[in-house]
Amino acid sequence: MADRRGIPHIAVERCKGCGLCVSVCPEAVLSIDESRVNLKGYYPVTVESGESCIGCLSCALICPDVTFTIELLDDR
Amino acid sequence: MSVIFKKTAGLTETDTHYCPGCTHGVAHRLVGEVLEELGLLGDTIGCASVGCSIFSYNYFNVDMIECSHGRAPAVATGIKRTVPGKTVFTYQGDGDLAAIGTAEIVHAAHRGEHITVIFVNNAIYGMTGGQMAPTTLSGQKATTAPTGRNAELSGMPLKMSEMIAEVPGATYVERVSLHHPKYIRKAKKAILRGFTYQLQNRGFSMVELLSTCPTGWGLAPVAALEWLGNNMIPYYPLGVLKAPEEV
Ligand SMILES: Cc1ncc(C[n+]2csc(CCOP(=O)(O)OP(=O)(O)O)c2C)c(N)n1
Ligand code: SF4
Ligand code: SF4
Ligand code: SF4
Repeated sequence: MADRRGIPHIAVERCKGCGLCVSVCPEAVLSIDESRVNLKGYYPVTVESGESCIGCLSCALICPDVTFTIELLDDR
Repeated sequence: MSVIFKKTAGLTETDTHYCPGCTHGVAHRLVGEVLEELGLLGDTIGCASVGCSIFSYNYFNVDMIECSHGRAPAVATGIKRTVPGKTVFTYQGDGDLAAIGTAEIVHAAHRGEHITVIFVNNAIYGMTGGQMAPTTLSGQKATTAPTGRNAELSGMPLKMSEMIAEVPGATYVERVSLHHPKYIRKAKKAILRGFTYQLQNRGFSMVELLSTCPTGWGLAPVAALEWLGNNMIPYYPLGVLKAPEEV
C-alpha cells in the first residue's frame, strides 16, 4: 500500500508566524519564510518539503489562526 | 483527492486580534467545529465575557451577546430560560470566571442551568497586561507578582473545575489542554460532550481548557506550549471531574 500522502495549503495572509505548526510537524514539512512579510507584518509559514506530508493534521489542529486546508491524495 | 481539514463554518472570516501563538484561537476553532457538526450554527447564542476574548462575538459564527465582566453565566441563565430551545454557551477566561465572576459561575452550576461553559484557563490576566489571577501558579511571575506568586500572601491557585464538580447541580465537568495536537483532539471530544448534555437537557456542563498566554507569560509561542505541559498540567490534572452515569 502506498504511504499516506497529504497536501497542506496555507492561507498565508492569515498566518501570524508563531511557528506552532512548524514545531508539531513530524515530517519537517513546514518552515517560517523570513524572505517576505505578509500583510499583517509577520514572516509567514511556508511549505518547505510538501512531498513529505503524511496528512496527520497536527499543523491544522494546533494553528490558532486556522490557516490550514489539508487534502489527502488517494492511495493507489 | 479529498479535503480532510478545512476551516469550520462555525467561525467567521474575521481575523482574530489574538497574539501570535495564543491558544484562544484553538479554543475558538474547537467550539466552532462542534457547533457546526451538531448542526447548531443557526440555533446557538454565545455569551462573550471580558478579557482577551472580549471580541469573540466577531469570531463565532452564531448570535453573540457581550456580558459584563464575570456575569456571562447569569446572562446565559436569562437567555436559556427565556428561549430554552436555543443552545447557550459562555466563553470565559480565568480572570473572568475565577475572580470577579466566581459567584455567578458557582450559582449557575448550583441551579443546574442548562448551559455550557467554555472556561479558558491561561493562569493570568492576559488582556490587562499579565496581572496575577486566582489561577496563577505558585511561583509564577506576573506583573503584580514580580518575584512570583507567594502562597502565603495570595493563597494557592484556585482549582475551579474541582470546585464546580462538588456543586450538586453540575452535570459534567472536564479539564483538557490545548498544548499539543493529541490533547486538542481530546479537548474537542469534551466540548462535544458538554454541548450534547445541553441538547439532552441534562443540565450544567463546563469544560476547562488549559491555554497559553505567550505574551503575559513572557515566553515565545512554542516555549509557552511546553511551559503549559510542564507546569500547568501537574497542578491542574486533566480528566473528567464529574459526569452523569451513562444509561
Ligand atoms: C468590572 C471590571 N473590573 C476589571 C476590569 C479589568 N479587566 C479586564 S479583563 C480582566 C481580566 C482578564 O483575564 P482573563 O479573564 O483571564 O482573560 P484573558 O485576557 O487572560 O483571556 C480584567 C481584570 C474590567 N474590564 N471590568
Ligand atoms: S499534515 Fe502533518 S505532516 Fe503534513 S504538514 Fe501538517 S503536521 Fe506536517
Ligand atoms: S501555527 Fe498558524 S499562524 Fe502559526 S505559523 Fe503556523 S500557520 Fe502561521
Ligand atoms: S495577551 Fe495572552 S491571552 Fe491575550 S491574546 Fe495575547 S497571548 Fe492571548
